[in-house]
Amino acid sequence: MPPPNNNVATLGRKGSVVQKAPGAKPTKAANKKKDEEEGVDVGDGWDDWTHGKALIKPQDQLELTEAELKEEITRILTANNPHAPQNIVRYSFKERSFKSTSVVDQMAVHFVLEGSLLHQDSDEARRLRAKEGLSEETATVDTGTEPDEEKPETPATPVEDGGEVEEAGEEDRPDSAASKTDKKEPKITNQFNFSERASQTLNNPLRERSCQTEPPPRNIFSATASQWEIYDAYVEELQKQEKNKEKQKAAPSKKDSDKSKKKTMLTEAQMDDMSKMGKLSKKSTILERMVNQNTFDDVAQDFKYFEDASDEFRDKEGTLLPLWKFHYDKAKRLSVTALCWNKKYQDLFAVGMGSYDFSKQGRGMLVFYSLKKSAFPEYIYPTTSGVLCLDIHEQHSYLVVVGFYDGCVAVYNLQEEGLEPVYKSTAKTGKHTDPVWQVCWQNDDLDSNHNFYSVSSDGRVVSWTLVKNELVFTDIIRLSVNGAVSEGPEDAQQPCIASGTSFDFHKQIDYLFLVGTEEGKIHKCSKTYSSQFLETYIAHSMAVDAVKWNHFHPKVFISCSSDWTVKIWDHTINTPMFTFDLNAAVGDVAWSPYSSTVFAAVTTDGTVHVFDLDINKYEAICQQLAVGKKKTKLTHIEFNPIHPIIIVGDDRGYVTSLKLSPNLRKKPKAKKGQELPKGPEVEVAKMERLLSLLREPEQSTV
Amino acid sequence: MAEVDDTLKRIEAHKGVIGTIVVNADGIPIRTTLDNSTAVQYAGLLRNLTMMARSTVRDIDPQNDLTFLRIRSKKHEVLVAPENDFLLIVIQNPCE
Repeated sequence: MPPPNNNVATLGRKGSVVQKAPGAKPTKAANKKKDEEEGVDVGDGWDDWTHGKALIKPQDQLELTEAELKEEITRILTANNPHAPQNIVRYSFKERSFKSTSVVDQMAVHFVLEGSLLHQDSDEARRLRAKEGLSEETATVDTGTEPDEEKPETPATPVEDGGEVEEAGEEDRPDSAASKTDKKEPKITNQFNFSERASQTLNNPLRERSCQTEPPPRNIFSATASQWEIYDAYVEELQKQEKNKEKQKAAPSKKDSDKSKKKTMLTEAQMDDMSKMGKLSKKSTILERMVNQNTFDDVAQDFKYFEDASDEFRDKEGTLLPLWKFHYDKAKRLSVTALCWNKKYQDLFAVGMGSYDFSKQGRGMLVFYSLKKSAFPEYIYPTTSGVLCLDIHEQHSYLVVVGFYDGCVAVYNLQEEGLEPVYKSTAKTGKHTDPVWQVCWQNDDLDSNHNFYSVSSDGRVVSWTLVKNELVFTDIIRLSVNGAVSEGPEDAQQPCIASGTSFDFHKQIDYLFLVGTEEGKIHKCSKTYSSQFLETYIAHSMAVDAVKWNHFHPKVFISCSSDWTVKIWDHTINTPMFTFDLNAAVGDVAWSPYSSTVFAAVTTDGTVHVFDLDINKYEAICQQLAVGKKKTKLTHIEFNPIHPIIIVGDDRGYVTSLKLSPNLRKKPKAKKGQELPKGPEVEVAKMERLLSLLREPEQSTV
Repeated sequence: MAEVDDTLKRIEAHKGVIGTIVVNADGIPIRTTLDNSTAVQYAGLLRNLTMMARSTVRDIDPQNDLTFLRIRSKKHEVLVAPENDFLLIVIQNPCE
C-alpha cells in the first residue's frame, strides 16, 4: 500500500500534462492518444498502486501540436472484413478476358465448434430414445421374469400345468412386451448375428465410346519486346492513321483503287530475290566507298590530318602533297577540258573531257567524281562532241551546263535517270557556230527561270534562258576586233569578228563581266550595253585562256595566256598591276577561296605554280611538278571551296588532287592583344595595301 | 538492278577484295564469289551479329538505326551493309 502522500501528490497533478516518472509502469494506451492518457491519468489518480501519473513516453512517440491534438479523427465501424481481398480478377473464358469480380465475400469466420445436441423430434433423437427405452423395459422385464420363474419352481408339480400356462403366459408376456416395443420401432439389426445376403446382377459389358475433336490450331509465337520494337509499332500505327486521314480527305475513286490494287498484286508476284536486289543500290555504293576508303586509307588520312611540319623550316615556301588520282578507263584518249567543284557537296566535282586538238575531234564525256570514291566516277555522261567547258549551278547543284566543241550548249539534270541532257541547243535555237569556250550560270531572272551565259569563238556572248522545255537565247554582245558592232552608215560587211575564249562575271556587280579574246584583248562589258565595251585592256600577245575576278577585292582580276604570262589587273587601270612570266604556256589560273592574295596557275610543262602576293610579290611560293610523265600538259586547275586541296586536270585524262601545305594557306597574323579579324574585309584590305603600293608611284608619275 | 550488279563487279575487281556475298531475307547467299560453304557460314554468323548490333543501336535510341558494320581482324576486314532484310558483305584485305 503506497503511503497517502502519493495520493495527495497524484490528486495534485491531475490537471497537468503527462510527466515522465522513472521506474513506473508504462501503459499501453500511452502510445496512442493523449486523450486516453489524460483519461488514464484521471483513472490513475484513483488507482493506488500505479504511481499516479507514471507514464513513460516511448522514444518514437509522435509529437503533435496542440492544434493537431484537438483535431477530431473519426473512427468508423463498418461491416467490411478488412482481410477480404478487394480486387480479385478472374479470367472469364466466355468473354476471353480478365474480369474483376465486384462482389467479394465479406464473411469472416472466427470460431467454429461442432456441437452434439440433437433436436428431440429428429430421427436420430427418436432412435436414440427408443434405444434407451427398450433397454429399460428389458431390464424391468428381466427382473420381472426372474421372480416368475422362481415361483413355478417352488410350488409342486401339480401346479406345473398352471406353471406352464403361467410360464407360457409369462413367456408370452416378455414376448408381448418385446413385440409391443418392437411394433413401435423398427427392428434394430444385431451387430453380432449380422448376416449379409447379396446377389450379383448381370453387369452389362462396358463399351467405350470416345470422340476426338480437332484441336484448335496452335502456333508458337515468340518475340522480344524491346524499346525499338515498341517504337516501330507506334510508328506503324501512326502511319496507318495518317493514311486513313488522307483517304478520308481525298475523294476515293474506284478506278484508281482498282489500278493500284492490280499494280500491287503484280509487283508482289514479280518480286523475287533478284528484283529486290535493285533496292540495294544505295547500300552497294556505300560499300564501294568503304572499300575505297580502306584501299586508300593513307590518302584519306593525309587529306584530313596531314600538315607538312617542314613548312616551318622552309622559309615561306610551300609544297603540294599529291592525294588521289582520278581516271576513267573509257576516257583514255581524252584530255581534261573543264573542272568544276560542286558548291553543295564539296567532295563532288565535275570533269569535262574532250580534246583541244583541232584535228582529233571526236566524242567527249562529262564525268563526276567524289573524293570518297576515287576508283570510279559517280556519274558518267558520254557526249557526241568534246566538252570544252562546264558550270554547276550554285543553288541547284544538280543542274550542269556544258559547252561543246561543236558549238552546242546543253543542260544536264543529275537527278534525272537518263544520259541525255534535259536541254540542248540546236542550229535552229541559236547554237554557236564555233566551239563554246566558257559557260556560266547566272541568277534566276524575274520569272525565276534559270539562265546562263556562253561565249564562243564566233564572237557572240549569248544568254540562254530555260523556259519550260526549251532554251531561249539572246545575243548579249558581239565581239569584234575594232570594238563592238554597231549599225553605222558603212556597208553591211561586218568588221572582223573577234573570238571570245573566256569570260567571267563580277561577284558583286551583277551586270559587269569580262571577256578574253583570241587576240589577247580583254573587254570589260556590261549586260545592258550590247553595242559598246566599257573598257578594253590590251592584255596578252596570244589568246587569253582564262580571266577571273578576285573573290574578295571588287576591283582585281587575273588573266593568263599561252604567251607564258599571268597578269593581275585593277579594272580601273589600263595596265596590269602584276605580271608573272612562267616559262611555259599557262593553261589556267584560279584565285583561292580563302585568301585574296593567293592564286595558282598551271602550265603545259606539268608544273603548278602557287603565288601569295602577301608573302612574295615577284615569285611563286610553290612550283611543283604535279604529273609523272614529262610530256603531259596541265590544262585546268580548281580550288576546293572548303578543303585545302586543288584539283588539276591534264591532257591525258587524269585528274590529280593535291593538298596545299600550311605555308600556302597563310592568314594574316594578328597583332598581339588583338582578336584575329575574320571575314572578307580583311582580304580586301590586304589587297588594297598591295595595290596602294603600286598605285602611288603611278600617281606620282602622273 | 544493273547498277547494283555493276557496282558489285567493280567492288570484286577492286584491289584487296577477297570476296563479296549478298544474302537474302532467308539467310541464303544469292550471289557470292566465295565457295558455297564459306559463304553460308559467313551469312549465318554475320546475320546474327548484325541483328544484335542493330538491336543494340536501336535500344539506346529507337529513332536511330544501324547503317553499316565493320569488323577489322588481324587478317582482313569484313564490311557488312544491312538493307531491310538483305545483307551485303565484303571481305577485304586492306593493303598497308
